[in-house]
Amino acid sequence: MKILVCMKQVPKKDAALKLNDAGTWIREDIEFEVNEADAYALEEALRQREKHGGEVVAITAGPARSQAVLREALAKGANRAIHLEDDRFAALDPFNIARAIAATIKDDNFDAVFTGLQSDDYGYAQTGVLLSYLLGWPHATIIMQLEKIETGIKVKRELESGSFQYVSLPLPAVLTMQSGINKLRYATLIGIKQAKSKPMRKVTWEEVSAALGENLHKIEKLYVPQKTKQTEYLSGTPAEIARKLVEKLRNEAHAL
Amino acid sequence: MTNEILVIVEQRDGKLNGVSWETLTGAQTLAAASGWTVAAAVVGHNVAAIAAEIAGKKVAKVYAIEHKDLALYTPDGFVAALKPFIEQQQPRVVLLPHTYQVRDFAPKLAAAVGTTLLPDCIGFKYEGGKILFTRQMFQGKFVADISLSGNGLCFASFQTGAFRGDKVEAGMAPAAVETVAASIADGAILTKPEAPYKESKQAVDLGQAQIIVAVGRGIKEQKNMEMVRQLAEAMGGELGASRPICDSGWLPMDRQVGSSGQTVAPKLYIALGISGAIQHIVGMKGSHTIVAVNKDAEAPIFEVADVGVVGNLFDLVPPLIEEVRKLKA
Repeated sequence: MKILVCMKQVPKKDAALKLNDAGTWIREDIEFEVNEADAYALEEALRQREKHGGEVVAITAGPARSQAVLREALAKGANRAIHLEDDRFAALDPFNIARAIAATIKDDNFDAVFTGLQSDDYGYAQTGVLLSYLLGWPHATIIMQLEKIETGIKVKRELESGSFQYVSLPLPAVLTMQSGINKLRYATLIGIKQAKSKPMRKVTWEEVSAALGENLHKIEKLYVPQKTKQTEYLSGTPAEIARKLVEKLRNEAHAL
Repeated sequence: MTNEILVIVEQRDGKLNGVSWETLTGAQTLAAASGWTVAAAVVGHNVAAIAAEIAGKKVAKVYAIEHKDLALYTPDGFVAALKPFIEQQQPRVVLLPHTYQVRDFAPKLAAAVGTTLLPDCIGFKYEGGKILFTRQMFQGKFVADISLSGNGLCFASFQTGAFRGDKVEAGMAPAAVETVAASIADGAILTKPEAPYKESKQAVDLGQAQIIVAVGRGIKEQKNMEMVRQLAEAMGGELGASRPICDSGWLPMDRQVGSSGQTVAPKLYIALGISGAIQHIVGMKGSHTIVAVNKDAEAPIFEVADVGVVGNLFDLVPPLIEEVRKLKA
C-alpha cells in the first residue's frame, strides 16, 4: 500500500502559551511537537506497510520548524517526506491546506491518505475529510482499527459513549485515526541516522498557490476564556490542604 | 439566500439524539437576536415520527429527508441527500450538533455547498447582521471569536453543552412537516456500514457512581495508579480516567470519561493530573462538585472546577487518603 500520512506540528502539550500583542494568535517562542493523533496515523501506516509492503510518505505544511515532524517520521521508518515549506501555510484554513496537499500529490497514485482525527491547536478535525472531497475518494473518521480486505479496507470507527461500528470502503480512501489505535514506536538510533539520507521534497508556496482559494475563517480575537465558575483555590502545606479539602467536601459539598 | 437558520438534527434507529435539542435552542437564540426564522431537517428512512417530535417545538417548518439508502448512516449518503436540499433551501445558516457523526460528514457537505464548516462552537455573538462564532482553541486554553466570509452561508456545529436542550421553546401549534424524497444515485454510497454496537459488557457503569476519582497524564507512571486506587477506595468512589490513561492500558476503556467514553455527573468528581482537554470536559462538566489538582495553574480543568489545588498531586494524595480514612473511621 502506498500511504500518505498528513502530519502537523503543534505547540508542545505543556508549553506555556501567551497571546501575541494583537490578540489574534499565540506567541511562537515556545516548543513544538508532532500532533499526537498524527503520530498514531504514522504508526498505523508503518504497521500496514510491515504487513502488506508498499511505501509510507510523510507530508506537512508549515514554516521551516515543522520539518522536525518529518525528520521524526523518517527516523521512525517513513520512506520519504514532503515539506510544503512557507510561513504562510500556517495561516491557511483546513480547506486550503487540503487544496495545497491535493495539488502536491496529484501525480503520486497513493492508495490511501492517513491523518490524525484532529489537531490539538485548532481541533477542527477537517483536513482529512476535505482532502477526500477534493480527491473524490471515500473516507472514514475516528478509526480505532484498520484491516486490508479484498474489496478495500475495513475499519472500526469509534462512536460516542463506548460504541463502535465496522465500515468497509474501497481504496483509494482517506482515513482519520483516533489516538490509541496502536502503540507508538520510538525512533531508533539507526533510524535517526538513516533519516538524514532519505528523500525530503520541498514544495514552495508558489508551486501550489494557484490551487488555493480565500480563507473563509478569520480569527477576529483570541483571548483567555472568561471564567463562569468561581473556583476556590486551596493553599498551604499538602497536609493543610488535605484537611481543608476533606472538611469542605464533608460540610459544604456534603459529598463525603 | 433566505433568512433561514436550518438545523440538521441527528437520529439513530428512529430515535432523536437528545443533543439535537441543544442545537435547536442555539438556533432559536440566534433567531431571537437576528429576526431570522428557524427550520429543521432530519435525514434517514422512516423518520416521520422524529419530524413530528421536532414540529412540536417553535420552528417555522420541519423537513423529513427520506431515502431507503439513508436507513444506516453513511457520509456519502448524507452528503448526497443534503447537498441539493441546502442548495434549494438557500439558508443563511446551517447548524448541527458537534457529534462524531457530524464530524464525519459535515466538513464534506459544507465543502460541497461552497463553504467551510466552523466546528465545535461554544456560542456566538450577533451584531447588525454579522455573526461571530466562538470556539475553544489549544484544547481550551484560549477562546476565539471567528468570522466567516465567502458565499454568505454560515455552516457551524455546536459543542455538547453549549446550549441547554431543556430550554428549547415549544411551538404554539405544530409546525408543518414536509417529506423530501432524497435522490441518491446508484453507486453514490461507497462506504458499507455495519450496525453500531457496544464493546464487551461494561464491567463498571460510571454513570451510576456518586464519587469518581479520575486520573490523567499527570500520574506519569502506571505504578503511581496504586495511590489513586487507595484514594478512590477510601472515599468509596470509582476510578475514572482521561483517554491517554486508557490508551496506555493502565485502566480499561470502560473507565474512560469523555466524549468517546462515559458522560458522568456524580456528586463528586476529583480530577487528578488531568489538564482538561475539551473531549474530557464534555464528559464530566455536569458533575455536582468538581475538585481539580494540577501543577499547571493555566490548565483548562480549573475552568470547570469548584475547588482547585495548583500543586503536585503526589504530595497531596497521601495526606488526602489519611484525612479521608480519619473521617470515615
